[in-house]
Amino acid sequence: MISDHSKDKVVFGFWVYLMSDCVLFAGLFATYAVLQGATFGAATLEELVSLPFVFVETLLLLTSSFTVGLALLAAHHRKKIWTLVGLGVTLLLGLAFLAMEASEFMHLVAEGNGPNASAFLSAFFTLLGTHGVHVALGALWMLILMAHVLLKGLTTGTVRKLVLLSLFWHFLDIIWIFIFTFVYLLGALALV
Amino acid sequence: MSMLRTYTLGFILSLVLTIAAFVVVGDHVRTGHAIPPHYVAVPILIGLALVQLFVQLTFFLHLGEERKPRWSLALLVLALVVVCILVGGTLWIMNTLAHQQMQAPPDMFEEEDISPSALHE
Repeated sequence: MISDHSKDKVVFGFWVYLMSDCVLFAGLFATYAVLQGATFGAATLEELVSLPFVFVETLLLLTSSFTVGLALLAAHHRKKIWTLVGLGVTLLLGLAFLAMEASEFMHLVAEGNGPNASAFLSAFFTLLGTHGVHVALGALWMLILMAHVLLKGLTTGTVRKLVLLSLFWHFLDIIWIFIFTFVYLLGALALV
Repeated sequence: MSMLRTYTLGFILSLVLTIAAFVVVGDHVRTGHAIPPHYVAVPILIGLALVQLFVQLTFFLHLGEERKPRWSLALLVLALVVVCILVGGTLWIMNTLAHQQMQAPPDMFEEEDISPSALHE
């Protein structure tokens, strides 16, 4: 929560990192937008996309963004059990999202639509993969922090670490809004 | 517990915006890319995404509650400007390039009178 820590340099420093990460994703989005039509005879997104599948992925990540907020709220009220429950639910939702994304990737590669099939698929895998790696690292971080809360309790330092993690997790969901809108939904419209 | 209300409100609003976006595209695909037409669907989808960005920044990240000086907000605005220049500039340059490449070769052949067919005559 930025408001509670406006003078906290660590939280602001982390915010600076998130904004620079934003620029990284902007580069990948721009690359994707340019290479979108360069399918080189391989499948287009319209042929690959399954809207119900993407919808479930979106719900998982959105709900996890909500539960990480609830976990942080519990941490601010120094309720250790509820903090751990909130983080646990968030972690499970995040892992379910990753499992779905991994199965989608494996399915695409198995059907010959891997990142080497066309410039479009290279850009697709780079953008989605970078987001996926962020989620995986966030999940690992969450696991470590859960152990931290369990062993050391909710000290001021631990709560601040949870603030940073929640910022990171909300940020990943915001990036996902743009992925599902610009990659999947606008792709499914078949504009080209 | 007003914070709980903020998170719940943000979650419900995001949920509604997400479902709306998927319904628009679902209808579009089901009607064979006819209803709603592209020029209606695209602005709606981009609009819904931007509103959801605003909702999550407000209700999940609590940017509105930041005290002055609002450095986090200032940095966010800077990042958004960089993002717009990066994405908009890239698309502008690459689309212009693609457009010109599609036209240039025939013109050049005609001007120099070295088109492949002319050489064989």
